[in-house]
Amino acid sequence: MSIAADIARVDGGAKLAGTARFVDDLAVPGVWHGGAIRSPVARGRIKHIRFDASINWNKFVVVDHRDIPGPNEVALIENDQPALAAGEVRHMHEPIVLLAHPSIGQLRRALRAVQVEIDPLPAVLDPRRPLTPELVQYGPDNVFKLIDIRKGDPREVFARAPHVIEGEYQTGAQEHVYLETQGVLASREDGRMVVQGSVQCPYYVLDALTHFFGEPRDAFRVVQTAVGGGFGGKEEYPSLLAIHAVLLANKAGKPVKIVYDRQEDMAVTTKRHPSWVRHRTAVDRDGRLLAMEIDVLLDGGAYVTLSPVVLSRGTIHAAGPYHCENTHIHGEVRLTNSPPYGAFRGFGAPQTLFAVERHMDVIAERIGMDPLELRRRNLLRKGQTTATGQVFREDTDLVGLLDRALQLSDYDQRRNGHEQLNRTHRYLRRGMGVATFYHGAGFTGAGETHLASEVQVAGLPDGRVEVLTAQTDMGQGTTTILTQIAADRLGLAVGEVLVATPDTSRVPNSGPTVASRTAMVVGKLVAKACDDLIERVGSNTGDGDVARPKGTSLQDAIRAWHVTHDGKHLLGCAKYRKPASIEWDEKTYRGDAYACFSWAAYVAEVEVDLRTCAVRVIDFVALQEVGKVLNQTLARGQIQGGVAQGIGWALYENVLLENGAMKNCQMTNYIIPGSGDLPPIRVYFEEQPTPHGPGGAKGIGELPIDGPAPAVINAVCDALGMSIRSIPLTPERLLDLLGSDAGG
Amino acid sequence: MRLLTPTTLNEALEYLAAAPAGEPLIPVAGGTDLLVSWHHHAKDDWNLLDLSRLHDTLQPFRLTDTGLQLGGLTTYWDVISSEEVGAAFPLLSEAARQVGAIQIQTRGTWAGNIGNSSPAADGVPVMMAYDALVVLQSLRERREVPLDRYYTGYKQTVRRPDELIVAIHMPRRRRTVEWFHKVGARAAQAIAKLGVAVVQDECGWRVAANSVAPVVCRCRHLEAALADGVAFARVEDLQAILSKDVSPIDDLRSTARYRESVLARLLYDKLGANGD
Ligand SMILES: Cc1cc2nc3c(=O)[nH]c(=O)nc-3n(C[C@H](O)[C@H](O)[C@H](O)COP(=O)(O)OP(=O)(O)OC[C@H]3O[C@@H](n4cnc5c(N)ncnc54)[C@H](O)[C@@H]3O)c2cc1C
Repeated sequence: MSIAADIARVDGGAKLAGTARFVDDLAVPGVWHGGAIRSPVARGRIKHIRFDASINWNKFVVVDHRDIPGPNEVALIENDQPALAAGEVRHMHEPIVLLAHPSIGQLRRALRAVQVEIDPLPAVLDPRRPLTPELVQYGPDNVFKLIDIRKGDPREVFARAPHVIEGEYQTGAQEHVYLETQGVLASREDGRMVVQGSVQCPYYVLDALTHFFGEPRDAFRVVQTAVGGGFGGKEEYPSLLAIHAVLLANKAGKPVKIVYDRQEDMAVTTKRHPSWVRHRTAVDRDGRLLAMEIDVLLDGGAYVTLSPVVLSRGTIHAAGPYHCENTHIHGEVRLTNSPPYGAFRGFGAPQTLFAVERHMDVIAERIGMDPLELRRRNLLRKGQTTATGQVFREDTDLVGLLDRALQLSDYDQRRNGHEQLNRTHRYLRRGMGVATFYHGAGFTGAGETHLASEVQVAGLPDGRVEVLTAQTDMGQGTTTILTQIAADRLGLAVGEVLVATPDTSRVPNSGPTVASRTAMVVGKLVAKACDDLIERVGSNTGDGDVARPKGTSLQDAIRAWHVTHDGKHLLGCAKYRKPASIEWDEKTYRGDAYACFSWAAYVAEVEVDLRTCAVRVIDFVALQEVGKVLNQTLARGQIQGGVAQGIGWALYENVLLENGAMKNCQMTNYIIPGSGDLPPIRVYFEEQPTPHGPGGAKGIGELPIDGPAPAVINAVCDALGMSIRSIPLTPERLLDLLGSDAGG
Repeated sequence: MRLLTPTTLNEALEYLAAAPAGEPLIPVAGGTDLLVSWHHHAKDDWNLLDLSRLHDTLQPFRLTDTGLQLGGLTTYWDVISSEEVGAAFPLLSEAARQVGAIQIQTRGTWAGNIGNSSPAADGVPVMMAYDALVVLQSLRERREVPLDRYYTGYKQTVRRPDELIVAIHMPRRRRTVEWFHKVGARAAQAIAKLGVAVVQDECGWRVAANSVAPVVCRCRHLEAALADGVAFARVEDLQAILSKDVSPIDDLRSTARYRESVLARLLYDKLGANGD
């Protein structure tokens, strides 16, 4: 088995045949259905809750904050978010009361029959607005987190620079639109509360339950059901949902299931953070970046949740894959009275990379240089450092990557064709746009060290092995990749490797399934645990990297071990240890922000219809250097999906806010592109193996969401000769921009 | 919820006639509109009349020398798959292909599109531009109403609760212009932000637009200008006239400004002095 074999996904059959069980498929006898009564305002004081007399409330279980046994806190980075509002509400749709009933129809009727009366308080709906004292709800200034990254002394340079170019860029919220909406099922089994559900991080849920109910960890068991997509949306939110289900299940003494319908899911769950990024750049006559000042502002929503980490990743990526000796990046994430914004593929980086990649084109235009040449002159070269001072040690040739992407997209020839068309066509305009970018793999900075992930590979009595991790397969192919890694390392056939369903009662905590870390960080640990297993059955040749059992086959050795260790568990183990070469200072934000980066150059070709102002992407080249492609089909799928999602974010997906919350919360009114709207997405890989990942693989999950938006908008600007600064660029917005002279 | 399942047209009409005032029966054709809000609906007070057993009577369409008669259960797909209809009434197939996606096209009916009374209905502008007559039948009578007089206000129609749309008739005429354009937010599964059908035949010009007024409407001022041979030199000239015909709004799907201005741009590109 080669590590890079293009095997069929191991979970594919069950999903194709419909036998995979999603949480709503779990038929539990006697189950009750749960739902929430939510805040109708962005901020206020709860005055009164009225239960309509037409309903026999004795048939329902009703839970509010008074039923909470421990701290009313959803444990995460800070414990500022209550599971049920008590007194004050901080955002629209904040849960206040929970109901459960055996009939889902009755539950829906009852949910409509509860009125919450609230005295409104002044709300913050725009994080850029100046604060007045009555608006302050967090710390002295509503700032959840502030980050400064400094390198050199930009101020000096600006005074003397031949060109100083400024720009402000804005991105909107984005909804995940996973196929399967959020849902959990809580039921008591053998004295233990079992939570099954559509979750990305079973151990986050376990930690949240333990904290909230003040019970020991073994009072709970969290089991992942088949998950129909996550994209970050099921990273932190399921903790709240699980708490709700357990509160209801405890009080009802019955199993309780909560599954959101699409409208509720879109309205109340997390979204991508809206952003405002300001650039001020000093450039010399040859187009070299002399100094960069970058101000990042994120809208965090009403509670801290994961916003500090999103800001961290955003600021670290904010200067782009360019060399600049004098950089100051300042980032803030502030409170607003919106439902909390949260984890979403890319985690802050798509926002800041949109800004810097648009800004590179703006700089080029201002100094009269080709935007590709400007990039060529500034792309990182070996030995140069990023904004945090991380030395670019990899052999990846970024200029070569860009040039190859241009070649693959037939850039020059197509642009010549466009010139002709744009001069003569009544209403069509075409253009090309480029983005060069990078994405760090694994947790930021010291994150992986803090996580201290553990992985086990069990040798089973029948000679097969089972990989035990907390990594969830949401459709991205985790199970398949981990199977391949173990099979390769152990010299086994794919069919002889099992991957355990994440279940906190039997898998070790290998960290969350987020941050482009699974294949690289956990995959590497799986390989190490395989080595450990081989050693434990006493057949390591010890020759070089690939450990193989000597003489007998590994399977024979495992079976033999069980004969002599009857009833015992045979476990190969591995625990993350920080590589000596990685140094990171959390206080100063200096050092190696990531073990390594994946690199990419994307080229978009667009067509604008001046009659309707609709933009269509007609061709897309996605070229990336990812260390090692572990499975061609899955890797291409990740890239194509990310590009589609990025095109959606750039052109289609418009979260309309009313009182801080999404109001177009239906699939028919929140437009994600369909297959008919997407161009051929042509995916190409280059490979520069990293020592940090199995077989040299780096993370690829988030990378493809970073580049499409700037590439597409750069292409629109090329087609129309204007400078567009914010997304989503809906036809309505483009019409307004074309009507105004400002262009931005 | 009550569900009635007549097996003949007459039985269906009897049910409709027998329904008490204030508790009308809701006919179900393809069900694609009715089911959208299914689980939000308090179904206790729903009285449904399932038309699915009337396919033999109501689904077939008839194309003759004088015109096309769609049945009360003719689907988009029936039209898409007929080459003859495609040749004689091309805008019908064009519009049909842009309704929802294939699943909706195979279930959704033309009568349901009219019956739902959505201002965004895509089938209605093309039928209206083809000068369609809606054939309504009850136990008492059979009458024909011009489609452009079928709607009396937002979600209001001339249909009486005991009537069923049993056919839609469109005359065959010699046409010199026929054109349809839908603007949706994406290529498929998109409710129209605006749409317009234009036909010129021996009886004159008809311009019918959707999503720009409380009902799908004829743009009669524009039609009059076209009949007078007004040549629009600038898009603004056309828009000035059009603005008397339409009254678009801002909603979740688009803006009033976009709707009016894009409608004007599309029509100008098609009909203006420099158009095609
Ligand atoms: C995913 C999706 C996408 C859609 N996309 C589009 C689109 O792009 N464009 C568009 O125009 N529409 C669209 N629709 C709406 C719908 O599919 C169409 O309006 C369709 O034509 C309705 O036909 P139906 O037979 O399904 O109607 P039904 O749902 O059965 O009925 C609709 C209404 O008409 C009444 N009715 C039906 N038949 C008769 C009759 N014979 N006599 C009297 N009243 C009757 C019903 O009582 C009901 O009020 C979409 C719907 C969905 C679910």
